[in-house]
Amino acid sequence: MSPIPRHLLDVGDLGPDGVAEVLRVADSFVEVGHRANPKVPALRGRSVATLFFEDSTRTRVSFETAAKRLSADVLSFATGSSSLNKGESLRDTVETIEAMGIDAIVIRHPSSGAPAQVARWVQSCAVVNAGDGWHQHPTQALLDLYTVRQAFGGGDEGTERISGLRVVIVGDVRHSRVARSQVAAYAGLGASVTLVAPPTLLPPSLEGWPIAGVSHDLDRALRSADVVSLLRLQAERGSGQCVPSLREYTACFGLTARRAATMEPGTIILHPGPMVRGVEIASEVAELPSARITDQVTNGVAVRMAVLFLVLGQGTTEGSDHG
Amino acid sequence: MGEPAAAAGAVLVQGGTVVDATGERRADVVVAGGRVQAVGLDLTAPPGAHVLDAGGCVVTPGLVDLHTHLREPGGEESETVETGCRAASVGGFTAVVAMPNTDPPLDSAAAVRAVLDLARAATAEVAVAGAITVGRRGERLAPMAEMAALGVRIFTDDGAGVQSAGVMRRALEYGGALGVTLAQHCEDASLAGGGSMHEGSWSSRLGVPGIPGLAEEVMVARDIALAGHTGTRVHFLHLSTARSVDLVRRAKADGVPVTAEAAPHHFALTDSDVSGYDPVFKVNPPLRSQHDVEAIVVGLADGTIDAIATDHAPHPPESKDLPFDQAPPGMLGLETALSLAITELGLPLRQVVGLLSWRPAAIAGLDVASGGEQGGPVVAGSPANLCVIDPVATWTVDPSALASRSRNTPYAGRTLTGRVRHTLFRGEPVVVDAVAQR
Repeated sequence: MSPIPRHLLDVGDLGPDGVAEVLRVADSFVEVGHRANPKVPALRGRSVATLFFEDSTRTRVSFETAAKRLSADVLSFATGSSSLNKGESLRDTVETIEAMGIDAIVIRHPSSGAPAQVARWVQSCAVVNAGDGWHQHPTQALLDLYTVRQAFGGGDEGTERISGLRVVIVGDVRHSRVARSQVAAYAGLGASVTLVAPPTLLPPSLEGWPIAGVSHDLDRALRSADVVSLLRLQAERGSGQCVPSLREYTACFGLTARRAATMEPGTIILHPGPMVRGVEIASEVAELPSARITDQVTNGVAVRMAVLFLVLGQGTTEGSDHG
Repeated sequence: MGEPAAAAGAVLVQGGTVVDATGERRADVVVAGGRVQAVGLDLTAPPGAHVLDAGGCVVTPGLVDLHTHLREPGGEESETVETGCRAASVGGFTAVVAMPNTDPPLDSAAAVRAVLDLARAATAEVAVAGAITVGRRGERLAPMAEMAALGVRIFTDDGAGVQSAGVMRRALEYGGALGVTLAQHCEDASLAGGGSMHEGSWSSRLGVPGIPGLAEEVMVARDIALAGHTGTRVHFLHLSTARSVDLVRRAKADGVPVTAEAAPHHFALTDSDVSGYDPVFKVNPPLRSQHDVEAIVVGLADGTIDAIATDHAPHPPESKDLPFDQAPPGMLGLETALSLAITELGLPLRQVVGLLSWRPAAIAGLDVASGGEQGGPVVAGSPANLCVIDPVATWTVDPSALASRSRNTPYAGRTLTGRVRHTLFRGEPVVVDAVAQR
């Protein structure tokens, strides 16, 4: 039984076994990335469409690089270049793309739930959520787990080392799809998650969230953290009204050099990007060896290769020749 | 509110139990010339009468919907006065109050007259609710006296609440002299701000911006204060939260002139139904928590909430195929309201019918005591607006079989108990054996 669902909409859909499988497959693709010709024929003849309804550079490029390294054909649609600006509905766009024989749709959309709706509309396409509204960004959480495992476990040791880690997620949880995916992903592997934010940047209800707690005191939370994961203040989603000023936000919730110096040795810093230096993270902190932000980007390609490979590889005979 | 347009042929409703505000009794009903001619046991059909079997059924005054969006003018792709009234008939309604959030809005005598004209040939009585403010913008009072002169008894900016307490106070003071009721869609825009579903554990998990119950409750509380101060009656549209029900219960105990309605979806569905992001479950006020649903049921049972009103809100399929936050709110209600009330509330049938017939008729000023022709009682000489209900029949909701022009019912595939068998409007059998006759 494959632990990989047909669509990847929510990181919770994978379950611990599915997450472990993604990370295991990503290990072999990290190695591919180091080759002179970083390409394998695993998805030759398959086609992947990236459908981005929201500005994004890193996630779209990361997915497209991943698909190309697997030798898939890549079609890129973005608002501004597609018929979406001509009044065509999301449903018609998706049905049109599927009618072209595309095997997987990687979708980013500003509306929470849009990928779930797309998954209901398609017949045979796989749908991979590249971020929907405030809801989910599953591959971001997976690449975070990969990076954490690399830092604390090394190599391809499985996911046991993540269990028991103390993860502190700082910032605009309310508007963050990254946080929603991270909480599910970390907690699913047994890590202990603490959210740190002012009340106005927390979701209205945390009922049912698998977290250890909530804190409004970053200084205290940093003293017992193995992983500090920062979130961007999402001004475009209205977080500007949730804090009096960026200056006050930084004073209370920014990872300043002074705060970074109080962290235990071995604590790592993650940021999903794009960073706003000087707001949630000081420039010099982003350059510390404990900041694994560049690793996250590198690992992102391998993790997305694994996701595309597993989602598209089901039921095909090409499944075993990726190494 | 005039006499029946045409004297319909005689009808004998045979073998049922008459249920109205005065009680219930086994009786046949003879109807002719648009009026009830006789109510009694074992009546003989007049020559040439259409005999409608009511065996095992209850015969009630026609249902009255305080909250219908007929969409005409401006939204004819969703519904028209004709199709909306046909849906009403199938649902057992013989009168609907048409909401003014059309395009253009019903904020002038001319606009009201146009809808009344369209309703002349319809299969249900259409009472128009006029807008409180010009363009429903919440700023300047609409010409309420001019509209009241055409028979408008209810004013509302439904779709939005009147945000300014000062404007609402003025509207209540002005409307008080006209003897009309002001109906409020209670939603403080600064608290609701861009939300698409109930704010709570589900919205937090789904990442959907929420509309807190608080957005409704602060306006309910405000308008209770305004109604108490001005003495003008406020009717609360589609109450959806437990706290709103409590506020109204206390206001009534204090003698404040308020009434309230609740929509079937606020006792038949919860915010967990939104978990699949299907916009057919998007409605405003949003589907609330289980706790709120339970409070609505209690409020209906103890009389705090006076009426069940459908908030029938048709939308064309393409608008419900949009991403959740982009889709318009609203769901169909006319053809399922009675069955949902029978199925979900666990109340005696007579109480359910009261919530759907004579109590809303009185709120709308359509009852006999107000000079209207709705809400019964079913006695000789009364207007023949009747509904024949089979209280034990079960049926499964099939969107494609609805009489409405739209298909956006959230109950597709749901099996319900209780069904309208026949509807008589001004003596004419407009629905026979659950089938619309025209």
